[in-house]
Amino acid sequence: MSVQATSTPQTVSATEQTLRKAPRWTIASVFGTILKYLLLTALAFSFLLPMFWMASSAVKDDAQVYTVPPVWFPNPAYPENFINAWATHDFNLYAFNTVFRYALPVTIGVTLSSAFVAYGFSRIQWKGRNIFFFVCLATMMVPFQVTMVPLFIIFKNFGWVNTFLPLVVPAFFGAPYFIFMLRQFFMGIPTELSDAARIDGANEFITMWRIILPLTKPALMVVALFTFMNTWNEYLGPLIYLRREEQYVLALGLESLRRTIASIANVALAYPYLMAVSTIITVPILIAFFLTQRTFIEGISLTGLKG
Amino acid sequence: MAVSTAPKKLWFGMTTSERRNFFTGLTFISPWLLGFSLWTLYPLISSLRFSLTRYDLLRDPVFIGLRNYVEIFTEDPLFGTVTYNTLYYVGLSAPLGVASAFLLAILLNTEIRGRSAWRAIFFFPAIIPAFVTAMVWQFLLNVQYGAINGALQAIGLPIIPFIANPALAKPTLIMIHLWAQGNAMVIFLATLQDVPRSLYEAATVDGAGAWQKFKNITVPMCTPVILFNMVIALIYGFQNFTLPWLLTQGGPNSSTELYTLFLYRNAFEYLRMGKASALAWILFVVIVIFTIILFRTSERWVFYGSGDE
Repeated sequence: MSVQATSTPQTVSATEQTLRKAPRWTIASVFGTILKYLLLTALAFSFLLPMFWMASSAVKDDAQVYTVPPVWFPNPAYPENFINAWATHDFNLYAFNTVFRYALPVTIGVTLSSAFVAYGFSRIQWKGRNIFFFVCLATMMVPFQVTMVPLFIIFKNFGWVNTFLPLVVPAFFGAPYFIFMLRQFFMGIPTELSDAARIDGANEFITMWRIILPLTKPALMVVALFTFMNTWNEYLGPLIYLRREEQYVLALGLESLRRTIASIANVALAYPYLMAVSTIITVPILIAFFLTQRTFIEGISLTGLKG
Repeated sequence: MAVSTAPKKLWFGMTTSERRNFFTGLTFISPWLLGFSLWTLYPLISSLRFSLTRYDLLRDPVFIGLRNYVEIFTEDPLFGTVTYNTLYYVGLSAPLGVASAFLLAILLNTEIRGRSAWRAIFFFPAIIPAFVTAMVWQFLLNVQYGAINGALQAIGLPIIPFIANPALAKPTLIMIHLWAQGNAMVIFLATLQDVPRSLYEAATVDGAGAWQKFKNITVPMCTPVILFNMVIALIYGFQNFTLPWLLTQGGPNSSTELYTLFLYRNAFEYLRMGKASALAWILFVVIVIFTIILFRTSERWVFYGSGDE
């Protein structure tokens, strides 16, 4: 809260007076703060538990995995598991495929197209808009099993099986989840801004590009981040359309590792290797989130007109 | 854009400006409209066709009319159980999930040190791929080797057969769902940031306490996004497949046999593609109905603010 001190006492507003009168520290607020941190710590502990288990199991050997009571800090630890597990398959290639042939193109496609479509559903008043929007929403309710097989047949007829095309091209046609989300955000921007732009002679496209989009950068970042994340983890799509090993993405590589292990009885270090690769796969997303959260969470106010 | 003299109706009962807006709007949504026709509408109609057939992928589909639907509703022994399981799961996990995401976001939106770290921690579970989650939790919840039961035993409490006990299996799934609410939480965080500070300051001047500010400013300003997250939770809750499939395989005793698992089995294990398509369509209709209900009742509590009065 930025309360500015003014030059003379008479010009201090009633607002500032009230705000300055409130004491900063009370017993209740200190107690509340301690309680808050306790709660946060307890919650964080339970949230992190499974991931800590995953990381700690990654450096175990088989005996330690199945020990009762469970081992949290394996001693001795085997960090070479990470290198050895990664080397069992061509995970570097899978990582390249995941980022540059799949996740990045899809992220760009979804973000741009969803924003474009969401603008049409929110900032323009036109007849039939709500019906089309509801149809758009309705597509989200279609379980993937309904369209899975017919879609495969369509892509087979296009000759797109065994390429990244069935996975990337649909991304440029908008994603209903994000169209919905961006529409809600766009609707929160006052119509006065659009009216002002229209009066200044801007058409809808310029209004969108120059005014609305910059104001909703936090929401667009969320769309980009979520899309990237979901494609990074996506399994079923690649499973259906990427048949050759040199096209594999990380999710398929991990599954391939799991199947190799499952098919050979009593493979040493099976569980630790799986946990090791899983840990490596999840680290980049965590870093990406950590670095970008400042941008979209502490972003600019959407209303654009601070009181 | 009201005109004092009667506007000339030119085209399909629309005025000039209405027509212009109509085509502008259509242009903006055209990418979605095209994609919808290609990858959704056509496959949908295809699968509706399949639902009226007996089709096992090996031979050609055979038209049997509404037989699949009749069988599902009157003859299938598992349909009732599956429906109950799914309604139980969605009915609890959707509202609880949204509520917990909202409360977490509020907690994280206050003045705390190391906020970025806290947020990353709570978001983390949501980004773990589904089958990693299943592998890890399966081990954690294990009665013999699991860390959770190990901890319970260490402090003298009885072990809990999370996924071995039919009565506990669904609540366990819901618990894991609550653990992975990072997505909704982050969306709420972005929303909370956008509640104008001026409103809070004005409330403070009026003497409002923290609870009143929460009830009268924070919650109403967040209602559009609360609705969004509720609708999403509902839609995806009904379609939840990967985690229950990998974690419990529908067991024990079909206590976690959700609708989507049942559908998958009919399609790929019993090779009843026609029946599976029928099941998929029923699910689709149910989801649509619930969503309409949610939207209709939302008009009473959602507040679409647009800046000043």
